[in-house]
Amino acid sequence: MFEQVLLAGFGGQGILSAGQLLAYAGILEGKYVTWVPSYGAEMRGGTANCGVTISNRSISSPIVSDPEALMVMNRPSLEKFEQNVVTNGLIVVNSSLINCKVERKDVQVMYIPANKLAEELGNNKVAVNIALGALIFLTQIVSLEAVMESLGKVLPPHHQKLIAINQRALKTGAQYFDHLAKEKAG
Amino acid sequence: MAKVLMKGNEAFGEGAIRAGCRFYFGYPITPQSELAHFLAKRMPEVGGTFLQAESELASINMVFGAAGAGARVMTSSSGPGISLMQEGISFIACAELPCVIVNIMRGGPGLGNIAPVQSDYFQATRGGGHGDYRLIVLAPSSVQEIIDLVWEAFVLAEKYLNPILMLGDGLLGQMMEPVELDEEKEFFIPLRPWAASGRMGGPKRIINTLYIVPEEAEKHNFKLNQKYKEIEVKEQRWENYQTKDAQLVLVAFGTAARVCKGVVDYCREQGLPVGLIRPITLWPFPDKAFDYILSLGTVRYFLSVEMSTGQMIEDIRLAVDGRRPVHFYGRFGGMLPVLTDVVKEVKKLLLKEEP
Amino acid sequence: MYKKVFARPKALEDVPFHFCPGCTHGIIHRLIAEVIEELNVFEQTIGVCPVGCAVFAYNYFACDIFQAAHGRAPAVATGIKRALPDRVVFTYQGDGDLAAIGMGEIVHAAARGEKISVFFINNSVYGMTGGQMAPTTLPGQVTTTTPYGRDREINGNPVRVCEMFSVIDGAAYVARVSVHNPANIIKTKKAIKKAFQVQLSGLGFALVEILSACPTNWGLSPAEALNWLAENLIAYYPLGDFKIPKEEAKNV
Repeated sequence: MFEQVLLAGFGGQGILSAGQLLAYAGILEGKYVTWVPSYGAEMRGGTANCGVTISNRSISSPIVSDPEALMVMNRPSLEKFEQNVVTNGLIVVNSSLINCKVERKDVQVMYIPANKLAEELGNNKVAVNIALGALIFLTQIVSLEAVMESLGKVLPPHHQKLIAINQRALKTGAQYFDHLAKEKAG
Repeated sequence: MAKVLMKGNEAFGEGAIRAGCRFYFGYPITPQSELAHFLAKRMPEVGGTFLQAESELASINMVFGAAGAGARVMTSSSGPGISLMQEGISFIACAELPCVIVNIMRGGPGLGNIAPVQSDYFQATRGGGHGDYRLIVLAPSSVQEIIDLVWEAFVLAEKYLNPILMLGDGLLGQMMEPVELDEEKEFFIPLRPWAASGRMGGPKRIINTLYIVPEEAEKHNFKLNQKYKEIEVKEQRWENYQTKDAQLVLVAFGTAARVCKGVVDYCREQGLPVGLIRPITLWPFPDKAFDYILSLGTVRYFLSVEMSTGQMIEDIRLAVDGRRPVHFYGRFGGMLPVLTDVVKEVKKLLLKEEP
Repeated sequence: MYKKVFARPKALEDVPFHFCPGCTHGIIHRLIAEVIEELNVFEQTIGVCPVGCAVFAYNYFACDIFQAAHGRAPAVATGIKRALPDRVVFTYQGDGDLAAIGMGEIVHAAARGEKISVFFINNSVYGMTGGQMAPTTLPGQVTTTTPYGRDREINGNPVRVCEMFSVIDGAAYVARVSVHNPANIIKTKKAIKKAFQVQLSGLGFALVEILSACPTNWGLSPAEALNWLAENLIAYYPLGDFKIPKEEAKNV
């Protein structure tokens, strides 16, 4: 069961909002949640990341130093956090922007070309939610429905028109690994 | 009311608005700036005043002016900025004006860093500036508690006519948690006959900070001290967590207390009788919590867990007064105590006597 | 029945000043009190006193009053005026208070155009603490911390406050006056009145620099001190209006 995930990428990719989506979905499901960003000097230039904890119990430290699942949207983020993931954890890699492979052998690694899929949807900016859709599908940390419902709370009022495209992005990501589920079932 | 996700820094702002605070003066510093961003937007919506000052020296003195004129007022900063404010805080304490000051602590000394620490404990709980005075110091450990305690802070400020310091750290300021916002409670601003708001036909009011005659200064200090003594008796706040049969009691506040709750849960699952005292008021320090636990007779050790090199431990030792050993575990410079490391310390103490 | 032609203004308390013989603080206190009465704003006036010789101003002015920290009066006044915009707020500050330790606060209060009236008493020396060099001490002037005279190489140059504030956008009225003789005392009162009127009409920040005598720390008799002021201080700090409100400027 997944409780702690770390989302990382570069500023402007929507990483922090994606984390808030997860957190809101957790609230809708009646869970305890915390969301912690990297902040200050760290947010200039380098990576933007946030740790989200979603749990049935009250959360002690909100810091996600050893995530059970890591979602990386660019290469510096993978290099920075690859070693932190717990053994038998999960790494979701945006293969559109990360052209190398994960070195670790003790974790599950799933590659998804999030930017390419986003462009096919007609909006490169929703890449993060394609990856998030995949992360949700693979971890079941919250339900996809709860995340869909949370979009309205996270998007600022002037971006509410983007709810539909973001919902399509989440679904696209969630369905990308559908074949795995079918293989398992078969 | 539905829960909303809110940042700690924003919760200080929303809590203040709900408590009827309509004046904020401040100067930017990480990691508390979101509080200023939030109030810059929110104050005009409720007809309040947000003013960015040229320095923390200025912002605390604007607070002094507005509070003395009768306004409900707040400022916020972090370590270095709070150090600059100390002169003004001493003046406000001397003049017995109500206000709320938020310190979102950052790594120090010096420019340090912006990571979470608790190393301003001494500064916060010993007055902080020059002269014999105390601030009531409130230490929330969750975003919900921030909202609740800000209300309390304004109530205490006006009850005792004393500045209130709210002590958080960068992590508490930056993290988001769900909060339940009640229907807005009606706030009440009591009459302030002492405010120097223009005589308007009444007697002259002096917001005074000068007592040039030592006899008068002693009298004023005596009066202040009486007030502090009353606060020490009436306003100690803390949370007991699994302390009833605990043989080892952790003591931690704010973010460190969150980690320690996890430690207690983990230890209890392993059958180790561990509990936690979480001081909510750092001044007055909750001595009564220790008297109570010692009266139960099961406790063998106290372990202070701090994000500093050991500051609160001095107050714990004063409270325990030699009745049990008080140990220390700390991380500092912006590093957080990790659950497994604290558990190791706990086991070292609890299991060392076992075969 | 006799007609009363002279009385203590009601904005002044009926207590003797503590100032040294020949000190001109008392005159300036009285002028401010007279103007407060003449403009009929006594009931809504709030003063902020400084640290320095005027630290006891709260004993002398009868209006509501604050005792601020050294140099911080403009910030305190900002807090008061923002909380109570319909009140009349003034600060009374010396040269050390305003132009040294409090330079940050006064410059930014002016830049924000805070609607307050600032009375800046320039006697070129720290009085209360024992005659040390002030930011306005003249080159060559002997003080307890410049026993060989102020040396520009070592101590830097005097600060000309009005000249500086004349280029700050938020400042509506900036003037330098002196109280060394009756004619100038009358001009000083006019400037003080103007500073309050600028505030009352919401035009912005007003600062009146008042050259003042300090016989004790100058080591002169009261009469000699007034002459020294006229000959030396005015030579370095010329009198006059440095900035007047825009509407008036158009009519000139």
